[in-house]
Amino acid sequence: MNGIVVLDMALLALILMTAIGAVEVRNLYSAIMLSSVYSLLMACFWMTNDAWDVAFTEAAVGAGISTILLIGTLVLTGSIETVRRAVSWPALLVCALASAILIYGTLDMPRYGDPKAPAHTHPLYSGFVKQDIPKHPSGRSAADVAAYEAAHPGKSHGPDFFHGHVPNQVTSVIVTYRAYDTMFETAVILTAGLSLILLLRGRRGNPQRGGLL
Amino acid sequence: MNTLGAVNPFGIDLPMLSACVVMVVATALILIRAIKGPTAYDRILGMNAAGTCAVLIVALIGFATQRPDFLDLALAYAILNFLGTIAILKFVKYKRLG
Repeated sequence: MNGIVVLDMALLALILMTAIGAVEVRNLYSAIMLSSVYSLLMACFWMTNDAWDVAFTEAAVGAGISTILLIGTLVLTGSIETVRRAVSWPALLVCALASAILIYGTLDMPRYGDPKAPAHTHPLYSGFVKQDIPKHPSGRSAADVAAYEAAHPGKSHGPDFFHGHVPNQVTSVIVTYRAYDTMFETAVILTAGLSLILLLRGRRGNPQRGGLL
Repeated sequence: MNTLGAVNPFGIDLPMLSACVVMVVATALILIRAIKGPTAYDRILGMNAAGTCAVLIVALIGFATQRPDFLDLALAYAILNFLGTIAILKFVKYKRLG
Protein backbone atom coordinates (compact mmCIF):
# COMPACT_ATOMS: atom_id res chain seq x y z
CA MET A 1 0.00 0.00 0.00
CA ASN A 2 1.33 3.37 -0.99
CA GLY A 3 1.95 5.86 1.81
CA ILE A 4 0.53 8.66 -0.27
CA VAL A 5 -2.74 6.74 -0.56
CA VAL A 6 -2.95 6.55 3.24
CA LEU A 7 -2.44 10.32 3.40
CA ASP A 8 -5.01 10.86 0.66
CA MET A 9 -7.65 8.93 2.54
CA ALA A 10 -6.95 10.80 5.77
CA LEU A 11 -7.05 14.15 3.96
CA LEU A 12 -10.29 13.24 2.17
CA ALA A 13 -11.87 12.28 5.50
CA LEU A 14 -10.89 15.67 6.92
CA ILE A 15 -12.21 17.42 3.81
CA LEU A 16 -15.53 15.62 4.11
CA MET A 17 -15.74 16.57 7.79
CA THR A 18 -15.03 20.23 6.99
CA ALA A 19 -17.56 20.30 4.17
CA ILE A 20 -20.32 18.84 6.35
CA GLY A 21 -19.40 21.30 9.08
CA ALA A 22 -19.53 24.23 6.66
CA VAL A 23 -22.99 23.22 5.45
CA GLU A 24 -24.39 22.46 8.88
CA VAL A 25 -23.09 25.45 10.83
CA ARG A 26 -25.74 28.19 11.14
CA ASN A 27 -23.40 31.13 11.59
CA LEU A 28 -22.39 32.26 8.08
CA TYR A 29 -19.21 33.75 9.43
CA SER A 30 -18.12 30.34 10.71
CA ALA A 31 -19.16 28.77 7.42
CA ILE A 32 -16.77 31.10 5.58
CA MET A 33 -13.88 30.13 7.83
CA LEU A 34 -14.64 26.45 7.42
CA SER A 35 -14.75 26.85 3.65
CA SER A 36 -11.33 28.48 3.83
CA VAL A 37 -10.01 25.48 5.76
CA TYR A 38 -11.69 23.26 3.18
CA SER A 39 -9.78 24.99 0.38
CA LEU A 40 -6.42 24.60 2.11
CA LEU A 41 -7.00 20.90 2.78
CA MET A 42 -8.23 20.41 -0.79
CA ALA A 43 -5.04 22.08 -2.00
CA CYS A 44 -3.02 19.58 0.07
CA PHE A 45 -4.98 16.80 -1.59
CA TRP A 46 -4.29 18.16 -5.08
CA MET A 47 -0.64 18.33 -4.17
CA THR A 48 -0.41 14.71 -3.08
CA ASN A 49 -1.89 13.94 -6.49
CA ASP A 50 0.89 15.89 -8.24
CA ALA A 51 -1.46 18.59 -9.52
CA TRP A 52 0.75 21.52 -8.62
CA ASP A 53 -0.95 24.14 -10.69
CA VAL A 54 -4.37 23.16 -9.38
CA ALA A 55 -3.04 23.24 -5.82
CA PHE A 56 -1.66 26.72 -6.32
CA THR A 57 -4.91 27.95 -7.83
CA GLU A 58 -7.00 26.34 -5.12
CA ALA A 59 -4.92 27.94 -2.38
CA ALA A 60 -4.81 31.38 -4.02
CA VAL A 61 -8.44 31.52 -5.12
CA GLY A 62 -10.17 29.26 -2.59
CA ALA A 63 -8.33 30.11 0.59
CA GLY A 64 -7.10 33.59 -0.28
CA ILE A 65 -9.37 35.66 -2.48
CA SER A 66 -12.73 33.97 -1.99
CA THR A 67 -12.46 34.14 1.82
CA ILE A 68 -11.93 37.87 1.59
CA LEU A 69 -14.70 38.28 -1.00
CA LEU A 70 -17.15 36.27 1.12
CA ILE A 71 -16.32 38.39 4.16
CA GLY A 72 -16.96 41.44 2.00
CA THR A 73 -20.35 39.89 1.29
CA LEU A 74 -20.99 39.43 5.00
CA VAL A 75 -20.42 43.16 5.49
CA LEU A 76 -23.45 43.68 3.25
CA THR A 77 -25.70 40.87 4.42
CA GLY A 78 -25.15 40.17 8.11
CA SER A 79 -23.82 36.94 9.48
CA ILE A 80 -26.79 34.96 10.79
CA GLU A 81 -28.69 32.62 8.53
CA THR A 82 -32.35 33.36 9.24
CA VAL A 83 -34.34 30.66 7.46
CA ARG A 84 -33.78 27.00 8.21
CA ARG A 85 -35.49 24.91 5.61
CA ALA A 86 -36.28 21.26 5.97
CA VAL A 87 -34.66 18.79 3.60
CA SER A 88 -36.12 19.18 0.13
CA TRP A 89 -36.58 15.63 -1.14
CA PRO A 90 -36.81 16.44 -4.88
CA ALA A 91 -33.57 18.43 -4.64
CA LEU A 92 -31.88 15.60 -2.76
CA LEU A 93 -33.06 13.15 -5.42
CA VAL A 94 -31.71 15.33 -8.25
CA CYS A 95 -28.37 15.67 -6.44
CA ALA A 96 -28.13 11.92 -5.88
CA LEU A 97 -28.94 11.25 -9.54
CA ALA A 98 -26.37 13.79 -10.76
CA SER A 99 -23.72 12.29 -8.45
CA ALA A 100 -24.53 8.79 -9.66
CA ILE A 101 -24.13 9.91 -13.29
CA LEU A 102 -20.81 11.62 -12.51
CA ILE A 103 -19.47 8.58 -10.65
CA TYR A 104 -20.61 6.37 -13.52
CA GLY A 105 -18.65 8.65 -15.84
CA THR A 106 -15.45 8.17 -13.85
CA LEU A 107 -15.65 4.39 -14.40
CA ASP A 108 -14.41 4.93 -17.96
CA MET A 109 -11.30 6.76 -16.84
CA PRO A 110 -7.94 4.96 -16.90
CA ARG A 111 -6.40 3.98 -13.58
CA TYR A 112 -4.36 6.62 -11.78
CA GLY A 113 -0.83 6.61 -13.21
CA ASP A 114 -1.68 4.05 -15.87
CA PRO A 115 1.16 4.18 -18.45
CA LYS A 116 -1.22 3.00 -21.17
CA ALA A 117 -3.63 5.88 -20.60
CA PRO A 118 -4.38 7.93 -23.75
CA ALA A 119 -2.70 10.96 -22.21
CA HIS A 120 0.56 9.02 -22.03
CA THR A 121 0.38 7.31 -25.42
CA HIS A 122 -0.30 10.48 -27.38
CA PRO A 123 2.58 11.29 -29.79
CA LEU A 124 3.02 14.72 -28.24
CA TYR A 125 3.61 13.28 -24.77
CA SER A 126 7.12 12.00 -25.46
CA GLY A 127 8.07 15.52 -26.46
CA PHE A 128 6.66 16.91 -23.24
CA VAL A 129 8.50 14.34 -21.13
CA LYS A 130 11.82 15.16 -22.72
CA GLN A 131 11.12 18.84 -22.13
CA ASP A 132 13.35 19.85 -25.02
CA ILE A 133 10.84 22.39 -26.21
CA PRO A 134 12.84 25.55 -26.91
CA LYS A 135 11.82 28.58 -24.94
CA HIS A 136 12.48 30.90 -27.87
CA PRO A 137 12.70 30.49 -31.68
CA SER A 138 16.43 31.12 -31.34
CA GLY A 139 16.74 27.59 -30.03
CA ARG A 140 18.14 26.24 -26.77
CA SER A 141 16.93 22.75 -27.55
CA ALA A 142 18.93 19.74 -26.40
CA ALA A 143 20.99 19.89 -29.62
CA ASP A 144 21.76 23.58 -29.03
CA VAL A 145 22.87 22.85 -25.49
CA ALA A 146 25.16 20.08 -26.75
CA ALA A 147 26.63 22.46 -29.36
CA TYR A 148 27.11 25.15 -26.71
CA GLU A 149 28.86 22.80 -24.32
CA ALA A 150 31.05 21.43 -27.11
CA ALA A 151 32.07 24.96 -28.05
CA HIS A 152 32.77 25.94 -24.43
CA PRO A 153 34.57 22.96 -22.87
CA GLY A 154 34.78 22.88 -19.09
CA LYS A 155 32.49 25.86 -18.78
CA SER A 156 29.07 25.51 -17.26
CA HIS A 157 26.13 27.04 -19.00
CA GLY A 158 25.40 30.61 -18.10
CA PRO A 159 22.50 31.96 -16.11
CA ASP A 160 19.04 31.58 -17.62
CA PHE A 161 20.23 28.68 -19.68
CA PHE A 162 18.14 25.81 -18.46
CA HIS A 163 18.83 23.26 -21.19
CA GLY A 164 15.50 24.18 -22.69
CA HIS A 165 13.73 23.18 -19.49
CA VAL A 166 11.47 25.41 -17.54
CA PRO A 167 13.12 25.61 -14.11
CA ASN A 168 9.97 25.88 -12.01
CA GLN A 169 7.51 23.00 -12.11
CA VAL A 170 4.41 25.15 -11.77
CA THR A 171 5.57 27.42 -14.57
CA SER A 172 6.34 24.35 -16.62
CA VAL A 173 2.82 22.97 -16.22
CA ILE A 174 1.07 26.29 -16.77
CA VAL A 175 3.18 27.53 -19.67
CA THR A 176 4.05 24.41 -21.63
CA TYR A 177 1.33 21.91 -20.84
CA ARG A 178 -1.56 24.28 -20.44
CA ALA A 179 -0.56 27.33 -22.45
CA TYR A 180 -3.82 27.79 -24.38
CA ASP A 181 -5.89 26.99 -21.31
CA THR A 182 -4.06 29.63 -19.28
CA MET A 183 -4.21 32.19 -22.08
CA PHE A 184 -7.98 31.99 -22.44
CA GLU A 185 -8.45 31.81 -18.68
CA THR A 186 -6.76 35.17 -18.40
CA ALA A 187 -9.00 36.49 -21.19
CA VAL A 188 -12.10 35.29 -19.32
CA ILE A 189 -10.91 36.80 -16.04
CA LEU A 190 -10.09 40.11 -17.71
CA THR A 191 -13.55 40.22 -19.30
CA ALA A 192 -15.23 39.39 -15.99
CA GLY A 193 -13.25 42.07 -14.19
CA LEU A 194 -14.06 44.70 -16.80
CA SER A 195 -17.76 43.81 -16.70
CA LEU A 196 -17.80 44.07 -12.93
CA ILE A 197 -16.10 47.45 -13.03
CA LEU A 198 -18.66 48.67 -15.58
CA LEU A 199 -21.59 47.31 -13.57
CA LEU A 200 -20.50 48.59 -10.19
CA ARG A 201 -19.10 51.92 -11.32
CA GLY A 202 -20.56 54.88 -9.48
CA ARG A 203 -22.00 52.78 -6.65
CA ARG A 204 -18.98 53.06 -4.44
CA GLY A 205 -19.30 54.43 -0.96
CA ASN A 206 -21.82 53.52 1.68
CA PRO A 207 -22.26 49.73 1.87
CA GLN A 208 -25.75 50.25 3.29
CA ARG A 209 -26.87 51.75 -0.02
CA GLY A 210 -25.52 48.90 -2.10
CA GLY A 211 -22.02 50.15 -2.83
CA LEU A 212 -19.12 47.80 -2.53
CA LEU A 213 -16.09 48.27 -0.31
CA MET B 1 13.58 5.78 -3.71
CA ASN B 2 14.17 7.26 -0.32
CA THR B 3 17.25 8.54 1.41
CA LEU B 4 17.30 5.67 3.86
CA GLY B 5 18.11 3.23 1.11
CA ALA B 6 15.69 0.71 2.56
CA VAL B 7 12.53 -0.07 0.68
CA ASN B 8 9.66 0.07 3.12
CA PRO B 9 6.14 -1.14 2.42
CA PHE B 10 4.83 2.42 2.14
CA GLY B 11 7.13 3.42 -0.70
CA ILE B 12 8.09 6.78 0.80
CA ASP B 13 10.26 7.99 3.63
CA LEU B 14 8.75 6.39 6.73
CA PRO B 15 9.69 9.08 9.31
CA MET B 16 8.25 11.75 7.04
CA LEU B 17 5.11 9.71 6.51
CA SER B 18 4.69 9.24 10.28
CA ALA B 19 5.11 12.98 10.78
CA CYS B 20 2.48 13.59 8.09
CA VAL B 21 0.06 11.25 9.83
CA VAL B 22 0.65 13.04 13.14
CA MET B 23 -0.04 16.37 11.45
CA VAL B 24 -3.25 15.02 9.90
CA VAL B 25 -4.42 13.85 13.32
CA ALA B 26 -3.60 17.29 14.75
CA THR B 27 -5.58 18.89 11.92
CA ALA B 28 -8.53 16.65 12.76
CA LEU B 29 -8.48 17.78 16.40
CA ILE B 30 -8.21 21.43 15.34
CA LEU B 31 -11.12 20.99 12.94
CA ILE B 32 -13.29 19.54 15.69
CA ARG B 33 -12.63 22.69 17.71
CA ALA B 34 -13.27 24.91 14.67
CA ILE B 35 -16.59 23.21 13.93
CA LYS B 36 -17.84 22.99 17.53
CA GLY B 37 -16.23 26.21 18.72
CA PRO B 38 -18.80 28.22 20.65
CA THR B 39 -17.27 31.63 19.91
CA ALA B 40 -15.92 33.23 16.76
CA TYR B 41 -12.46 33.38 18.25
CA ASP B 42 -12.27 29.60 18.62
CA ARG B 43 -13.01 29.37 14.93
CA ILE B 44 -10.48 32.04 13.94
CA LEU B 45 -7.79 30.24 15.90
CA GLY B 46 -8.92 26.92 14.47
CA MET B 47 -8.73 28.26 10.93
CA ASN B 48 -5.29 29.74 11.44
CA ALA B 49 -3.93 26.60 13.09
CA ALA B 50 -5.43 24.37 10.41
CA GLY B 51 -3.73 26.52 7.80
CA THR B 52 -0.42 26.14 9.59
CA CYS B 53 -0.93 22.38 9.69
CA ALA B 54 -1.64 22.43 5.95
CA VAL B 55 1.63 24.29 5.35
CA LEU B 56 3.52 21.69 7.39
CA ILE B 57 1.80 18.80 5.62
CA VAL B 58 2.77 20.27 2.25
CA ALA B 59 6.40 20.64 3.32
CA LEU B 60 6.50 17.14 4.81
CA ILE B 61 5.00 15.56 1.70
CA GLY B 62 7.58 17.42 -0.34
CA PHE B 63 10.45 15.96 1.63
CA ALA B 64 8.84 12.52 1.88
CA THR B 65 8.57 12.27 -1.90
CA GLN B 66 12.07 13.69 -2.43
CA ARG B 67 10.86 16.88 -4.04
CA PRO B 68 11.78 19.84 -1.83
CA ASP B 69 10.39 22.16 -4.52
CA PHE B 70 7.12 21.75 -2.65
CA LEU B 71 8.44 24.39 -0.27
CA ASP B 72 7.35 27.03 -2.83
CA LEU B 73 3.77 25.92 -2.32
CA ALA B 74 4.18 25.84 1.45
CA LEU B 75 5.37 29.45 1.43
CA ALA B 76 2.45 30.54 -0.76
CA TYR B 77 0.01 28.82 1.63
CA ALA B 78 1.61 30.50 4.63
CA ILE B 79 1.20 33.95 3.06
CA LEU B 80 -2.40 33.30 2.03
CA ASN B 81 -3.32 31.91 5.44
CA PHE B 82 -1.96 35.04 7.06
CA LEU B 83 -3.92 37.27 4.65
CA GLY B 84 -7.18 35.44 5.36
CA THR B 85 -6.70 35.72 9.10
CA ILE B 86 -5.96 39.45 8.85
CA ALA B 87 -9.10 40.01 6.76
CA ILE B 88 -11.27 38.09 9.21
CA LEU B 89 -9.84 39.87 12.25
CA LYS B 90 -10.36 43.21 10.55
CA PHE B 91 -13.96 42.28 9.89
CA VAL B 92 -14.46 41.24 13.52
CA LYS B 93 -12.97 44.47 14.81
CA TYR B 94 -14.42 47.06 12.42
CA LYS B 95 -17.39 45.23 10.82
CA ARG B 96 -16.12 46.30 7.40
CA LEU B 97 -13.17 45.65 5.11
CA GLY B 98 -12.43 48.94 3.31
